[in-house]
Amino acid sequence: MSKSKETIDVTRLDEPLVQVDNLVVSFGTHEVLNGVSFSIARGQTLAVIGESGCGKTVLLKSLIGLIQPAAGSVKLSGADIATISSATLAELRTRTGFVFQQAALFDSLTVRENIAFPLSFNEPSDQSIEERCDQLLIELGLDPSISDCYPGELSGGMRKRVGMARALMMRPELLLYDEPTTGLDPIVSDVINELILRTRINHFVTSIIVTHDMKTVRKTADRVLMLLPASQLNKGENQIIFDGPPSELDRTSDMRVQQFVRGDAGDRIAALVSDNSFTDGEWK
Amino acid sequence: MASGTVRTPNPNSRPAVLVQVANALYALGNFTVFCFKSISSLTTKGVQRGTLLPAAYQIGVQSIPVVALTGLFIGMVLAVQSYFQFHQLGMENRMGAMINITLVRELGPVLAATMLAGRVGSAIAAELGTMRVSEQIDAIDSMGISPIRYLVVPRVTACLLLVPALTIVADLVGVAGGFLYSSLALNIDAAQYFYNSKEYVTGFDLATGIIKSVFFGISIGLISCYHGFLCRVGARGVGRAATGAFVSAFVIILFLDLLLGIALDTIYFQFNPGGNSLL
Repeated sequence: MSKSKETIDVTRLDEPLVQVDNLVVSFGTHEVLNGVSFSIARGQTLAVIGESGCGKTVLLKSLIGLIQPAAGSVKLSGADIATISSATLAELRTRTGFVFQQAALFDSLTVRENIAFPLSFNEPSDQSIEERCDQLLIELGLDPSISDCYPGELSGGMRKRVGMARALMMRPELLLYDEPTTGLDPIVSDVINELILRTRINHFVTSIIVTHDMKTVRKTADRVLMLLPASQLNKGENQIIFDGPPSELDRTSDMRVQQFVRGDAGDRIAALVSDNSFTDGEWK
Repeated sequence: MASGTVRTPNPNSRPAVLVQVANALYALGNFTVFCFKSISSLTTKGVQRGTLLPAAYQIGVQSIPVVALTGLFIGMVLAVQSYFQFHQLGMENRMGAMINITLVRELGPVLAATMLAGRVGSAIAAELGTMRVSEQIDAIDSMGISPIRYLVVPRVTACLLLVPALTIVADLVGVAGGFLYSSLALNIDAAQYFYNSKEYVTGFDLATGIIKSVFFGISIGLISCYHGFLCRVGARGVGRAATGAFVSAFVIILFLDLLLGIALDTIYFQFNPGGNSLL
């Protein structure tokens, strides 16, 4: 396809916004994602759960090409991100908001500059940008007076909300949340969950939420995917061991899903001890 | 894969030496791609508005005191070290020529660049490394903005423009330092000192130092940014990026100094077969 004529049809509402086929991601010899496939319809909120190291964040970053897969494909709005030009990928990314686990705010910029960053790159003196920053801060329950503060002066919950405001600045159609409630107290976590819900309604965004927090899953998601670490897969087994609505999580017969949902360590400690054989006061 | 990161080869059961060679080749390949992307972005899209001045301030303005101090001491040390030999030959009045040629051709550019690799290069690597570890570089990428254009191009451009400028500062202060020590502490005739300097230091000597500093500048910029982009997770990762940037830049500065010295001398002697002797 000619780069200059390369366009993405965003009007086809019938096709999935995100389509992942047989995605494989490896780092050296360590395989993180092993043939993951799923798709998301527009307007849906998908929660991706699974134990630490199962590849949730890698999956999220692969969706917008921040990590290159070893095999498989990711289609955003029908465009395969591996085959489109870098300019088209950049354009697609402007329609995607990413809320990072630690917010990833720029330390040397103020709150307003952080939020305006995606737009100010093109139109640094536009007055409407400032107004939109203030509007987003209010929408996310923050006082616009913090606009001139630096990220280092904010609490964890405020940083997350400023990160959300930055992600919303470009009016994205897809929002990716990486552990939005990790490290926050239960009340602030619930505020974030509430804001995820409101953002969905106010901005009609499709959302993918990577999380360990079952409260976030139950409160915000329409659908849940549970990933198993690639190292724990049986031969020929799909890495996605659960795909369904949150209400089905408690009814599934898969013990691994049950164990995760209940937060039950089970025989993990016993397995660790037997694997590492603690003898004579030392781990082997 | 995020810009600038190295995908390590599959070690399998290959001998360790082969794995190391393969890793080195991968790193070299990645660095080449990184340099190509940076230079291509600079030449095709230019510097992003509003990014050059902060980088220039950090790299250039804040480095003036340390570079000037380096130049001052080089000039004075050259005077101290050369006086005895020149005095033995009764040529102390010609010390100015030797001090100034050494300064502008060799020590000014090399020591200014070394100082900048330490001060600026490590700071760039640590800053970008911290941004990599805290996912700020991924955040820029995720917004459809090129981290190369936003972070690397202004820093490399600032190094390219300001390392030669700072070298001129080091040269000027070094010339002053050598003169002041020679005339005030060693009682060398000031008029003779300057007359001999003027006679022997040519425009080609000055150009040699400036040409070298241009190459040193772009090397410091690219190497430091590359180490920052490559930074691994954790405080140790950032520390290693900063140290790696300095060590790599220092080695490359010395290597380029040798190569450029040979190349520029060859050009010089093509046009001036007799050279310019102090004797």
